Amino acid sequence: MHRIFLSYNNIISNLGFDSKTVVDNIANGISGLESIENPALLPEAFCASMISSEKLNESFEPLGNPMDFTKLEQMMILSLQHTIKASKTKLDDKVGLIISTTKGNINVLENDTAFPKSRAYLSMLGKTIQNFFGFKNEAIVISNACVSGILAISAAKKFIIQGKYDKVFIVSGDLVSKFVLSGFHSFQALSSSPCRPYDKSRNGINLGEVASSVLVTVSDINFPTEAVEILGDATCNDANHISGPSRTGEGLYRSVIGAIKDADVQVGDIDYISAHGTATSFNDEMEAIAFDRLALTHVPINSLKGYFGHTLGASGLLETIIGMHQVDRNVVFASKGFNELGVSRKIYIVDQNLGKELKIFLKTASGFGGCNTAAIFKKVNG
Amino acid sequence: MESKYYISAYCHIKNGAISVNGIPDFKDDTEAFAPFAKKAYYALKIEHPKFFKMDNLGKLAFIAAEALLKTEYTQEIEENIALVFSNRSASLDTDRKHQASIGNMEAFYPSPAVFVYTLPNICLGEISIRHSLRSENSFFIFDRFNAEHLMLYSNSLLQEKKAEKVLCGWVDFDAEDYEAFLYLVGMEGNIENSIQEINRLYNIL
Repeated sequence: MHRIFLSYNNIISNLGFDSKTVVDNIANGISGLESIENPALLPEAFCASMISSEKLNESFEPLGNPMDFTKLEQMMILSLQHTIKASKTKLDDKVGLIISTTKGNINVLENDTAFPKSRAYLSMLGKTIQNFFGFKNEAIVISNACVSGILAISAAKKFIIQGKYDKVFIVSGDLVSKFVLSGFHSFQALSSSPCRPYDKSRNGINLGEVASSVLVTVSDINFPTEAVEILGDATCNDANHISGPSRTGEGLYRSVIGAIKDADVQVGDIDYISAHGTATSFNDEMEAIAFDRLALTHVPINSLKGYFGHTLGASGLLETIIGMHQVDRNVVFASKGFNELGVSRKIYIVDQNLGKELKIFLKTASGFGGCNTAAIFKKVNG
Repeated sequence: MESKYYISAYCHIKNGAISVNGIPDFKDDTEAFAPFAKKAYYALKIEHPKFFKMDNLGKLAFIAAEALLKTEYTQEIEENIALVFSNRSASLDTDRKHQASIGNMEAFYPSPAVFVYTLPNICLGEISIRHSLRSENSFFIFDRFNAEHLMLYSNSLLQEKKAEKVLCGWVDFDAEDYEAFLYLVGMEGNIENSIQEINRLYNIL
C-alpha cells in the first residue's frame, strides 16, 4: 500500500520568500493585506496582498534575467527552486511537475506588456517552468478554479500510485490582476477593507498574489519536520449553480465524507480544519452548514484569507502548507479578521492562536463551477 | 500494465459535425460555431434554456456530453460519473471577451455573466447541473491531447471506487477553431482504456 507524503515546501508572498518567515509572521498576527490605490488595476482603492516587483526581480536575478520571465513565472520559479534545492532531488524521468493556477499569465492579454499574448496559454507557462529546471516530464497544468491547489495534490497522489512517477513537484500561483479584480468587482464581491471570514460584518473578498510549491513523494527518508502524510481526498460537484454555492453545502459535505472514507479515519480524528472562508456572505454560510451536517462544530477552524487574501489557484496549496506548519508547531493560528460569528451554525472559529496537540487536519476548498475538494493529512513526526 | 477498464462510447465534434461511436449524428455546413451550436441544440432536442447563456466552450462541452450520454442512457442517469476534461486554450476565448470589456478605462464594463466563464472548469459545472452529477471533476491543460494522463487519472478514480464511470476527453475552443472528443470509461465496453486505443479513437475522424 502506497504511503504518500508532502515534504519540502516554499511560499513566495509579501509576508516572506520562504515558508518559515511567512509562518512566523502569521504566528505574530501580521497580515499581508494592504489598501492599494492603483487606477491601472481598478478604478477604486482595493485591499489585497501584492508582491513588490522590485523585490521579486532582485531575488530572481541570481537565477535568470528578470526581463525574460513574467511576474508569475519569477514567483513560481523562485518558489520551486527553493523546494527542489532543499529536497536534493535529481530531476529524472520518474519526477513529475504539476502546476496549479486559475489565470496564469493573464496580464499579457493587455496591450502594453513586454510579452506576446501567446504567453497566456497555460501550456506555455508549463513549458517555461519545465524548461527552466530541465524536468524530463511535461508539465501537467490543473486549472479548476479555487480548488486547483488541493486538486493538484490529489492528482500527484494518483499519478504516483499509478506508477507514472515516484515524486511530483507541485508549484501553484496566481496574480492580483486587472482581469480578476474587475471580474470580482462586477460581482460586487470585493471588500475594500481587510476581509472578515465567518464574521457578522463580512462584506466580500480580498485578492492576494502568491506562489507556493511542495514535493509530493513516496519516500519517507529525508523529511523536514513539517512533513505530513496524505491520508485521503475527494472532490465533489454541487450540481447546483455555476457561481453560487449549494445552499445545503452538498458538494462540500460529500467531498469531506469522501475524504474521510478515503483516509480511513473517523470524524473524531480531525484535530483542525483549514477551511476556505473567503468572507463572502454565501460561501462562509455554506461552509458552516456543511461542517454542521458533518458534526464538525467542535473542531477548531480558521480561514487564512485574512493574512493572504484569496490567492485563487494557489490558495489550496498555500493553505495546506500553512496547515503543515501549524501541525508541526501544535498551534492553530487565529482566523484573522474574525470577531463575531456571522453564520447560522455554531462552528468553532479560532479568534486567537490556539495551542493544541495536532495530528490530523482537514483542508477544504470550494470554487466557481460548483467544485469542492477536501483532503486529510497526518503529521509524520510525533 | 493491463487495463481493467473499457471505453463504452465516444463522441466527436469538429468542422460542423457531431458523430457518436464513429457514426455521424448531426451535420451542418455553417462555418461559424454559434449558429452550428444552436442548430445542434434543436436537432438533439436538448431543452435546457440556460444553454443560451453559456460561452462557446460551455456550449461545445455541453453538446458533446449530451450527444454521448443521450445515446448511452435512455433513462435518468443514476451512476456516479466523474468528469475529467482537458484542453489547450483553457477559457481564453471568453478571457479575450472579458479583457475587451476592461481594456479601456473610458469604456469599462466588466460583466459577471462573462467573467464567470473565464475558468475552463465551468463547463464541468454546467454538465453536472444538467445531469445531476455530484461527482469528481478535474480540468487539465495540455499542449495537445494527452491520452496517457487521462488514462492514469480515470483508472485511478475507478480503482479507488471514487467513480463508477468517467467521462473524459478534450474540449477546446480558440478563436473559431473548436474540437471536442469525449469518451466514457467504465467496467464494461468493447474498447480497452489504453493509451493506444484512446489515441486511435481520438484520430478516428
